[in-house]
Amino acid sequence: MSRNENLLEVDGLRTVFDTSEGVVRAVDGVDVTVRRGECLGVVGESGSGKSVTFSSVMGLVRSPGRIESGAIRFEGQDLTRLSTREMRAIRGRDISMTMQDALTALNPALTVGEQLSEMLDAHDDDLPARGAARRRAIRDRSVEMLRLVGIPSPESRLGQYPHEFSGGMRQRIMIAIALAPGPKLLIADEPTTALDVTIQAQVLELISDIRARLGMSVVLITHDLGVVAEHCDRVMVMYAGQVVEEGSTVDVISNPQHPYTRGLLGSIPRLSLRGKPIRPIQGQVPNLVGLPPQCRFYSRCPERTDACLQSVEMRSVGPDRRARCIALTQEEVA
Amino acid sequence: MTSPAKPLLSVENLSKVYQGRQTLANRLAGVRPFSVRAVNDVSFEVRRGEVLGLIGESGCGKSTLGRAVLRLHEPTAGRVRFDGEDVTALSAGALKDMRRRMQIVFQDPYASLNPRSTVADIVGLPLRLHGLAKTTQEVRETVARILERVGLNAAHLDRYPHQFSGGQRQRIGIARALISHPEFIVCDEPVSALDVSIQAQIIQLLLELKDEMGLTYLFISHDISVIGYLSDRVAVMYLGEIVEMGPTDDVLARPRHPYTQSLMSAVPDVDAPGKHQRVRLAGELPSPLDPPKGCKFHTRCPLAIDVCRREAPISEQVAPGHQAACHRLSEDLSVRETAAGAQAR
Ligand SMILES: Nc1ncnc2c1ncn2[C@@H]1O[C@H](COP(=O)(O)OP(=O)(O)O)[C@@H](O)[C@H]1O
Ligand SMILES: Nc1ncnc2c1ncn2[C@@H]1O[C@H](COP(=O)(O)OP(=O)(O)O)[C@@H](O)[C@H]1O
Ligand code: SF4
Ligand code: SF4
Ligand SMILES: [Mg+2]
Ligand SMILES: [Mg+2]
Repeated sequence: MSRNENLLEVDGLRTVFDTSEGVVRAVDGVDVTVRRGECLGVVGESGSGKSVTFSSVMGLVRSPGRIESGAIRFEGQDLTRLSTREMRAIRGRDISMTMQDALTALNPALTVGEQLSEMLDAHDDDLPARGAARRRAIRDRSVEMLRLVGIPSPESRLGQYPHEFSGGMRQRIMIAIALAPGPKLLIADEPTTALDVTIQAQVLELISDIRARLGMSVVLITHDLGVVAEHCDRVMVMYAGQVVEEGSTVDVISNPQHPYTRGLLGSIPRLSLRGKPIRPIQGQVPNLVGLPPQCRFYSRCPERTDACLQSVEMRSVGPDRRARCIALTQEEVA
Repeated sequence: MTSPAKPLLSVENLSKVYQGRQTLANRLAGVRPFSVRAVNDVSFEVRRGEVLGLIGESGCGKSTLGRAVLRLHEPTAGRVRFDGEDVTALSAGALKDMRRRMQIVFQDPYASLNPRSTVADIVGLPLRLHGLAKTTQEVRETVARILERVGLNAAHLDRYPHQFSGGQRQRIGIARALISHPEFIVCDEPVSALDVSIQAQIIQLLLELKDEMGLTYLFISHDISVIGYLSDRVAVMYLGEIVEMGPTDDVLARPRHPYTQSLMSAVPDVDAPGKHQRVRLAGELPSPLDPPKGCKFHTRCPLAIDVCRREAPISEQVAPGHQAACHRLSEDLSVRETAAGAQAR
C-alpha cells in the first residue's frame, strides 16, 4: 500500500482526562488509518472512546482532557505540532466533524444562514475576494448547500434559527455546514442516532451520495452494525479506549475474530432469531480509571483464560485484518 | 386469527386529543387553542400471554396510546376493557386497584425514577400503595427478592438512581413494574436508550419474566428488529392510526401497507446489506396539528393516487388475522417494485 493513499494516519493516540477519581484513559493507544475516498465505520458501546478519538484528531479536546502522546498525520502533516491558528485553518477546510448532538452543536443564537456564511467566509478559497460579489456568492453557496442536503425551499429557511427545524433537519443542516468548505474528510459522529429509520436512511444516503460525488473520505461513528454493513468499506471496533478489531466490513461481519465483536453481533435482535435466545454480552463496560494491564474485555469475555491476564497487543490476523486477542494471536501468528 | 381465548385487553375506537387551553389573549386575537389528535379511532386486542408490538416513527402516537390504555392520560373517546372490565368507566378508587394489574415500563430510566428516593422506596412504593406489604421489613424483603430477579441485589436497596448505569436503572424500572405482580405491562421503548449489549440483556430479561410470571405485553418500539424479535403480532402506527396489524412473521415478511413496506426497506440489515431496493420515503411525518386529508400517508406515499387525497381508506383483512388500510391493497403492489420501475424508466 503506498503511503499517500492514506489521508489520515493516527499512531498510538493516548487521550486522558484528569478527574478527581483519577486519570481516565479514554483513548489508550489507538491507531487509525483513513484511506482516500473510503468510508470507515467506527463502532463500540458508549464510553468506548469513539468521540474522544476523533475530537483529538480535530484538536477539540479541552481541559481536563489532554493528548498525552501519539501522532496524528493528515496528508503527511503532523497535526499535533500545529499552532492553534494553523489547526483552525485545517479544521473546516480539510477536515470537518459533525457532532453527536445537533441541537447543542449548532449555535442557537445564529440563523442557519449566518452559520453557513461564517463557515464559507472562513474557509472557501474560491469565493470573490470582497464586497457585494462575495456576499452574493456566499448566499448562493449557502442556498446550494441546503438544497444539497434536501432542505425544502432553502432560500426562505436561511433566516431561521436551529430550534425552528426538526431533529432530522438539524442533522442535515449540520452536515451542510460541515460540507460547505468542501473538506477532504468528513467525520460524522452518530449522525442518525436520534433519528427515525426513514430519516436515518435519508441522511445516510445523503452522506454516501456526497462522498461519491466529491470523492471525499468519511468516518462514520455509530453503534449500529447494520449501518456499518450498509455504508462502510472498512470498520474499526472499539472497546474501553482501544481498538479491538479492524478490517473490511464484509470480513469483520461475516467472520468476526474478537469475542467482543462476536458479542456485539450476537446481541442484535433479529426477526430470524424469533423464539431463540439472543446471546447478550454479560456485564458492562469497565471503569477506565486505573485499569489493570490485562485484556480489557476479560471481565465480560466468555472465552477468557488465565493467559488473558496480561496486556494484549493488536496483531495481524489476515490480510488487512487486525485484532486484539491472545487466543487468536497464538493460533494465527504461529 | 380465530382464537377461542377471550382477549385480556380489548381497545375499541380509542382516541386521544390533546387540547391546549383557551387564553384570553388568544380569544381576543381570534386564535383557537391547539388541538392534537394524537390517537385516532384505534382498535385492537391483546390475548393473554401474547406480546403485541407497536411500531412507528416518533410522534406517531405510540406513547399516547400506551398511556391512554392505562388511563395515565384520559382517553377522549373509546373504550378499554381489561379482563372483561371497562377500564374507561372505573371510578378513581377502582382504577387504583386495577393499576396493580396493569403496569408500565418507561423509555427513559433517568427521567422516570425519582432522583431523591432510594431504590427500596422507588420499587417498594406499589407495595405500600396497594397494601401488599405491612411492615417496612416486609417491603425491604420483597424488594430485595425482586431486585435479585432482575439482576440487582439487596446491596442496592439504599442507593439512589444516579448511582446506577442506564441498563441498571432500566432494571429498577422493571422491578417497580413487577413488584405488584401485574398481568399486563405496557413496555414503552424500554430498550431504546440502551447500548446493544445492554439492550439484549434487558430484552432477554423481559422475555424470561414474561414466561415465569405469565405476563402479557404491549411492547412499543421504533426498532423493527426489536419488534420482529419479540412480538407475536405487530401493529404499525402512522399519525395516530393503526395502518397495518397482524402476525409478526406475516406483516414483516410480507408487508401490505405502503408505509410498512417503506419502513422495512429503511432498516439497515447487518445480515444482508444492500439487499433491499431502497425506497426513500420523501419528507417527514406531517404535523399532527394539521394532518393530511384522506389517507394520512398520501403526502409521502409512492403509490398515492387521486382517491387517496380525498378519502380515508378503511381497514380490511388481507390474510388471516392480518389487516391493512389502503385503497390499493387489491392491486397487490409493492413500493419497492414501483420505485425500481420508476428508476428504470
Ligand atoms: N470531559 C470529560 N471528563 C471526563 N471523562 C470524559 C470526558 N469526556 C469523555 N470522558 C470519558 O471518556 C470515555 C470515552 O468517551 P467517548 O469518547 O465520548 O465515548 P463514545 O463516543 O465511544 O461513547 C468515557 O469513559 C467518558 O466518560
Ligand atoms: N401532553 C401533550 N400535550 C400536547 N401534545 C402532546 C402531548 N403528548 C404528546 N403530544 C403530541 O402527540 C403526538 C404523539 O406523541 P407521542 O404519543 O409521544 O408519540 P410517540 O410515542 O409515537 O413518539 C405528538 O405530536 C406529540 O407532540
Ligand atoms: S484476550 Fe482473552 S479475555 Fe481478551 S478477548 Fe481474547 S479470549 Fe477474551
Ligand atoms: S391509501 Fe393511497 S396514499 Fe394511502 S397508503 Fe394506500 S396508496 Fe398510499
Ligand atoms: Mg460518542
Ligand atoms: Mg414515545
